[in-house]
Amino acid sequence: MSARDNILRRLHSAPQGKPVLPPDVNGFYATVRSRAPTEDRAQRIERFCEKMAFWRGEVVRVTRGNWAATLQALCVSKQVNTLLYGTQSPYAAALEASGIKGLKPYDRPVDEWKTGLFRDIDAGFTSTRGGIAETGTLIVWPDAHQPRLMSLVPPIHFALLDADQIHDTLFDAMSAQGWSDPSSPMPSNALLISGPSKTADIQITLAYGAHGPKELVVLLLVNEEEL
Amino acid sequence: MNTVQENTQALKFIPASEFKNRTTEAVSDQHLRQSFRGAMDFLMAKRAAQFPDLAAFEAQRGLAEHIRKYSLSRLPDLLEQLERTLTANGIQVHWAENAEQANALIVGIARKHAAKLMVKGKSMVSEETELNHAMAAAGIEALESDMGEYIVQLNGEKPSHIIMPAIHKTKVQIAKLFAEKVPGANYTESVDELIGIGRAVLREKFMTAEIGLSGVNFAVAETGTLCLVENEGNGRMCTTVPNVHIAITGIEKVVEKLEHVPPLFGLLTRSATGQAITTYFNMISRPRQPGEKDGPQEVHLVLLDNGRTQAYADEQMRATLQCIRCGACMNHCPVYTRIGGHAYGTTYPGPIGEIISPHLMGLAATHALPTASTLCGACDEVCPVKIPIPDLLIRLRGEATHDPRPGHAPLVGQGAAKSTLMNIVWAGWAALYTRPALYRAFGWLATRFRFLTPPVQSGWTVSRTPMKPASRTLHELVARRRSGR
Repeated sequence: MSARDNILRRLHSAPQGKPVLPPDVNGFYATVRSRAPTEDRAQRIERFCEKMAFWRGEVVRVTRGNWAATLQALCVSKQVNTLLYGTQSPYAAALEASGIKGLKPYDRPVDEWKTGLFRDIDAGFTSTRGGIAETGTLIVWPDAHQPRLMSLVPPIHFALLDADQIHDTLFDAMSAQGWSDPSSPMPSNALLISGPSKTADIQITLAYGAHGPKELVVLLLVNEEEL
Repeated sequence: MNTVQENTQALKFIPASEFKNRTTEAVSDQHLRQSFRGAMDFLMAKRAAQFPDLAAFEAQRGLAEHIRKYSLSRLPDLLEQLERTLTANGIQVHWAENAEQANALIVGIARKHAAKLMVKGKSMVSEETELNHAMAAAGIEALESDMGEYIVQLNGEKPSHIIMPAIHKTKVQIAKLFAEKVPGANYTESVDELIGIGRAVLREKFMTAEIGLSGVNFAVAETGTLCLVENEGNGRMCTTVPNVHIAITGIEKVVEKLEHVPPLFGLLTRSATGQAITTYFNMISRPRQPGEKDGPQEVHLVLLDNGRTQAYADEQMRATLQCIRCGACMNHCPVYTRIGGHAYGTTYPGPIGEIISPHLMGLAATHALPTASTLCGACDEVCPVKIPIPDLLIRLRGEATHDPRPGHAPLVGQGAAKSTLMNIVWAGWAALYTRPALYRAFGWLATRFRFLTPPVQSGWTVSRTPMKPASRTLHELVARRRSGR
């Protein structure tokens, strides 16, 4: 008998007790929602910004017309000499036209340039799949064009978030975006990111930049009148 | 098989008989008590601030308890479903009945890749299997990368808290440790600089390690997804940079659906450190796909039993497996706060450790642990998945002192704390209280000869005045009052 068979046999032979009905998670959140005052778009954006600031994430409001120029200015002010980006991402063309100095494409497997990635990159730029207002969280969905380490290894992470994609809660986001829909399976690695990396492991004193980025800058795409 | 498991594990840990000595040592250590008192007060206040509305908290934890109970009720089916979805996603699934098997599987994978260095994200299950020793014996370095775990490992210690492993150390102690043990590190008491030193050392290690190891907070059966909760980013490093990622988890961590995760995750971080969410929530569903430029080429999951099926086999004790390892029970435990995590001598300290360790290590080595509680019920009040910890403590105290009740299989180490003296005392007590004549005679003797009570009464008089019977029994006093005298 294998370990697998032994473990499963022990579990199957345990007394079953009363059957437990499946939990109604949807119903629970519907009740919570019905009791809370409904938020409009402006309030949701406001809440996202407030919570993200609490995690020490920087939020900069931008528009479709000026985000690349704003990023360029931020790179100058933060003395970013190399900015890592995904070449075939939908934002590549705008970045390449922005005049940002030291744009560096993530265009080959990490195994070929691991040391360079760790030592020579000042910042990484990624898009996001959305945000969560309740907790001030980014939903990051890495793929072949925007690899996983872009949001982890460089000391600064710039993330572009479309305000249309901010959901109230994690549950709302996963339901609305169909994360468990078998027709569009989960990626190799999906991420929720709330602020720069941090630790309180030394004498419960909070310190930022533990192993990941020391700074997180959210470029929040809003309409002209919401700037 | 059970006895073999019990013997080999008892050897690794300090015998239960020494638990009391260690607690005496711990309560006399002023520094240790200050560290824990301060940290626990801080964590309790932060948690309380997250749950301002008690009714809302009760509703949330009611749902979380329901999800955990539902998952456990379907555990064997969900494990098989998880194995199918993970395998379809390209993640290799392994099963281990005990620590030795789990370590052998991991050493085997590391050897296949000729690995010299394994970087580890925080994993209490790997502490439970003492993986680092097994790796060292196989000539492979296993390096902890969570800042707290790194500090503890550097000092040759074990974690003293499941969420904050180095909570027993002050920054001055850590400053000295780094200056002494980290090559090239200067003495500094600045926390930011100390973290900077750890960051620099460990980034070099992430780049060179062939294997990354992590734990699992939730394993989702329907999508084949392993979820990891962390603040530092070392978990992401360990699961993304090395070419091979090995995750290890207890078999109880599986949930059926992705939608079951948000309620548990929300309560986990709020209960643990009083955070509404952690910096990272890392959902891993497959190894690097064709065309992807990073991520491990191989992902493995080791599912560990190590005594969990024993808890599962009993309908009451099954609730032990509802645990999501937030640590709130230890933060709120008056005993844990006074003796700290190391005194327990087990991987999991505090109230949850007292009810899970007997299944992992057998009652012979752990029967004293369930007695390290005042049964005040604070753990029960804060538990986000409503584990009835005090009831389980009482149950285990009983199981340690008697044979299995009819219809129950013996636990490993069943009856390990049986004592002839205690049996005689209880038999005498029962005889006295079931025979009125004997009871009256005893009462008369105890009150009339009360001057014979010894002034020194073993442990009782160490910090209390001696017990002495009253001059007359209650029966006599009541009878006197009734007769109007």
